[in-house]
Amino acid sequence: MIEKKVKIVNQAGLHTRPAATIVKLAAKYRCEFVISKDGMNINGKSIIGVMTLAAEMGSELLLTFEGEDEQQAADEISDYFNRGFDEL
Amino acid sequence: MKSFIQIYKEAKNKIVGIAAAPGIVITKAYLFNKEKIEINNGEITDIEEAKRNLEEAIAKSKKELNKIFSLAKEKMEATRAAIFEAQLMILDDPVLLSNINLRIEKERKQPEYIVNDEISKYQQLMILSHESYMAERASDIEDIKNRIIRNLQKKRWQSKIISDLIVISENLTPADTILFSRCNVQGFITDHGGLTSHAAIISRSLNIPAVVGTHNATKHIKDGDTLIVDGFHGYILVNPSQDQIDYFNNKIEKLSELQAGLKELKDKPATTTDGREITMLANVDVTGEIDLVITNGAQGIGLYRTEQVLEELGEFPSENEQARIYSNLSARVYPSPLTIRAFDIGGDKFKFFAFDEPNPFLGLRGIRLLLENITLFKTQIRAVLKASKNKNIEYMLPMVSTISEIRRAKQLIEECKKELIQEKEIFDKNIKIGIMIEVPSAALMTYELALEVDFLSIGTNDLIQYIMAVDRGNDLVSDLYQEFHPSVVRTLYHIVKEADRAHKTVSLCGEMAADTLAIPLLVGIGIHHLSISPSILPYTKRIIRSLSFEKTKKLAEACLTCSTEKEITEKLDKFFKDNSITRTRNII
Repeated sequence: MIEKKVKIVNQAGLHTRPAATIVKLAAKYRCEFVISKDGMNINGKSIIGVMTLAAEMGSELLLTFEGEDEQQAADEISDYFNRGFDEL
Repeated sequence: MKSFIQIYKEAKNKIVGIAAAPGIVITKAYLFNKEKIEINNGEITDIEEAKRNLEEAIAKSKKELNKIFSLAKEKMEATRAAIFEAQLMILDDPVLLSNINLRIEKERKQPEYIVNDEISKYQQLMILSHESYMAERASDIEDIKNRIIRNLQKKRWQSKIISDLIVISENLTPADTILFSRCNVQGFITDHGGLTSHAAIISRSLNIPAVVGTHNATKHIKDGDTLIVDGFHGYILVNPSQDQIDYFNNKIEKLSELQAGLKELKDKPATTTDGREITMLANVDVTGEIDLVITNGAQGIGLYRTEQVLEELGEFPSENEQARIYSNLSARVYPSPLTIRAFDIGGDKFKFFAFDEPNPFLGLRGIRLLLENITLFKTQIRAVLKASKNKNIEYMLPMVSTISEIRRAKQLIEECKKELIQEKEIFDKNIKIGIMIEVPSAALMTYELALEVDFLSIGTNDLIQYIMAVDRGNDLVSDLYQEFHPSVVRTLYHIVKEADRAHKTVSLCGEMAADTLAIPLLVGIGIHHLSISPSILPYTKRIIRSLSFEKTKKLAEACLTCSTEKEITEKLDKFFKDNSITRTRNII
């Protein structure tokens, strides 16, 4: 299991477009992927789930990956968060 | 021949609303029902059949959404279509679908009940979050939920069967309007909303008549009723008599003659008979309106309301996304000017914060809100600068009430310029900066404020509201919203005089300019530019071209001596009669 702490760094926050991209990235991997925020655990492969997260700039999330390809998934997805969803 | 007023007075089959887009049409009604979907929570016996039904409904929903998605990509910016893409992804959501299927097996209830219950849970979570854009998001989800349920109930997709009809609805979502824009809709009627509602804006951009804010049109009109929609006066006649039909057919004929005549004015300037030229600009709310701006001969865009971008997206666009939207617009109107107004959020427009201000119109709105949210403000400034390569963009600040606000904003603009120079971006280093005059304090200080900026634009809607201390949306006091009140006329006169003294141009971009009665007065006061909805621009131009500037100056002077609104409107009416100028509503 891999845990990664990430911070939302783009101004618009986790809005619809990055939410969709995250889910698309996660779909490529077999491992389980959970996003946690304020005590809520969301399955990162569920777009409707990820859309319930209100994560504005500055908020912190915990990403958990578990499964055979967890390393690659963790790297790619946390990198996308750290790049500010390519909106910096 | 009878006047419109007489006709409407006598009519018993009338519905009254707000005239949102000009034009008259007679045709059948199509009731676009956002009816409460009845959910059947009955038990089922055949689980496999229920699952198959669900699968089919999902497949059908996908097909429909794919169609909307591709339309949206054509009509909106591709990135704005993200709302629809997310909806499509929901239809493939593995977690959601497996939960629904599991519950069907376990609970043995109708799939529509499970779908409704399961998706509503997520909506509940969104609504519980206090971010305002999450409520928008919940309503996007509502759309997809209802779509699946409707397909489960094997109801026809309503939007498919419309063509050449008048659409009547409580209100319309962006998705609805995108679809209708393709169905050759002849008119819009809504229960709710005002001049800036989605239906109003879209109908102006599509050039079809609309009456909004009727309160109860959906209750009084049935599918297939014949309707007369008068978008000039804001009236609807339901199942009209033969006399009424004849009367309006005659009007429609005259209207098309008038419009043919107006087309010839397209490339002619709005010049008075004695040579005073008024620059005619257009107010633009949605990108779709640009076509009309060009075909109706506007000399540029006097007001582009950027908060519309937020409303369509439901969230804040990134710097690059904004830069792309602005630069597309700039290219479309080049070499004419494009005046971009900074986000005017707060008041009744776009709820920004979770907390309620006790008095939002006197609270954190316009420039005040931007100066409290420097990152948001700078994102827009940088985007506007990046889009300014063609050198036809001007940037305008809303709700200014003091000089220090202008100075602070200019300082931020300079900071952004420095950053962009360091980043080796090409932009217009001399971009013109202007302000809206819409607060009495700014009006009184026009001269001093004008010295700080390149241009001024009067926003009459707010200015009148603040001068009269009246909320125009409040039925109890809306009578006091008097656009021709002497205090308003005197304030306008003062602003123009002071702007002239500072050698700065001043335009007027409120709804007042859409009222033909106001045109001679505004010309007489000495306004340089008028910025109005592109759909009414040709009508206004016709009036200006029949005026004598000298006479309107005298008219304005006379109005400055009046002590009631009535005296002024009587003077204006008389002016039209004495100079044999016919108002649009009296021609047709």
